[in-house]
Amino acid sequence: MITTDILIIGAGPTGLFTVFEAGLLKLKCHLIDALPQPGGQCSEIYPKKPIYDIPAYPEILAGDLTHKLIEQTKQFKPGFTLGERAEIIDKQEDGTFIVTTNKGTKHHAKIVAIAGGLGSFEPRKPLIPNIADFEDKGVEYIIKEPEFYRDKRVVISGGGDSALDWAIFLSDVASEVTLIHRRNEFRGALDSVEKVQELKDLGKIRLITPAEVKAIIGTDKVIGVAVEKKGEDAFVVDTDHFIPLFGLSPKLGPIANWGLEIEKNAIKVNNALDYQTNIPGIYAIGDVNTYPGKLKLILCGFHEATLMCQSAYKRIFPDKKYVMKYTTVGGVEGFDGTKKESPKAVVKAIN
Amino acid sequence: MQDINIKITDRNGVTHEIVAPTDMAMNLMEVVRSYELAEEGTIGICGGMAMCASCQCYVKSDNELPEMSDDEDAMLAEAFNVEDNSRLGCQIQMTQEMDGLEVELAPES
Repeated sequence: MITTDILIIGAGPTGLFTVFEAGLLKLKCHLIDALPQPGGQCSEIYPKKPIYDIPAYPEILAGDLTHKLIEQTKQFKPGFTLGERAEIIDKQEDGTFIVTTNKGTKHHAKIVAIAGGLGSFEPRKPLIPNIADFEDKGVEYIIKEPEFYRDKRVVISGGGDSALDWAIFLSDVASEVTLIHRRNEFRGALDSVEKVQELKDLGKIRLITPAEVKAIIGTDKVIGVAVEKKGEDAFVVDTDHFIPLFGLSPKLGPIANWGLEIEKNAIKVNNALDYQTNIPGIYAIGDVNTYPGKLKLILCGFHEATLMCQSAYKRIFPDKKYVMKYTTVGGVEGFDGTKKESPKAVVKAIN
Repeated sequence: MQDINIKITDRNGVTHEIVAPTDMAMNLMEVVRSYELAEEGTIGICGGMAMCASCQCYVKSDNELPEMSDDEDAMLAEAFNVEDNSRLGCQIQMTQEMDGLEVELAPES
């Protein structure tokens, strides 16, 4: 069991900045994110895109913003559970919470801060009527363990980087790799596109374009897929695995069933006070929340995180006297023994 | 600058005749959101970067549309329910040329 003061669900910019604000109050944080790396949308969707409305940065790339936020949180040694999705929440008798992920990892926290953005990123599933019947029976939307495909026949569909990269990688592992894409053109890094061309010429990747997988064939597991080239009759490609790689899209997911008040696919919070939800001790900050006048901006998430931490502190220590201190005055004491403070002026006569 | 009239058929098949401003640098996806013709959180997920296809629509009128960028083209190559007249709403700016535009929103996916 992982224990912490504030459990943050979502490691995007708002979640990361919460670690800093909580750290100033000597509260420890742990973050859960369904993606394998921190940064949320900023690192998953648009790391190379510029943002122009982060105060004091006339322009910053989303990926760089993530790096700077991680740098800023390091002194407060946050814990991370990455690649897992928060699934179940159990309120304990003492008012604390236990949050369990889809992989069974348990987290015990005094406060839960949902900073889940648009939700957790789930693979986009192609519209093939019987595909659900074959999930984990030869259909996989994510490649977890490439060795799983050793000496197996694999069909990959998709035209982006992940389809290209996995086709290249699996061409050395699987016995047969077929790549199917709706267009003749692929969108990806030039290296990957050229590499696929090379492997195709060597006969190590079979390329079928422009084509689509229309049906899956098999009874209790995948034995083939029906492929249709534009304007032609469908034909069958025998295979052991079908791996559709069409990117990720965010879904609010299990959080929607936690008993929280939801409006417009977002969690309602009390914006007059502290961004707490209808369940005391659970807060929602950043893009995942809604209130009158809400704006889904990173800078608003930072503000919400800051106020939320003050409220969390009062909830954890109801009787402690406390006033907010400026970092310029009080410095920053890390949990790693570091201390940052502004240089002291000296009083010395000049002769 | 003048407002333009466009027709948008929502995901429930209801057609809305609406007025869109041409002086607010708005695109079709933003017009749909401003009139709340699709549920918040189901359209414009990436914010208008041609990176999610949640604003895909089918263009029914013969307005001359802005040329498709490589980003939009690539996104539509991977999106679902794509037809020959599919476009991403976020890439269609509200200009005078779009007066009389008729579109239907693609299903949520």
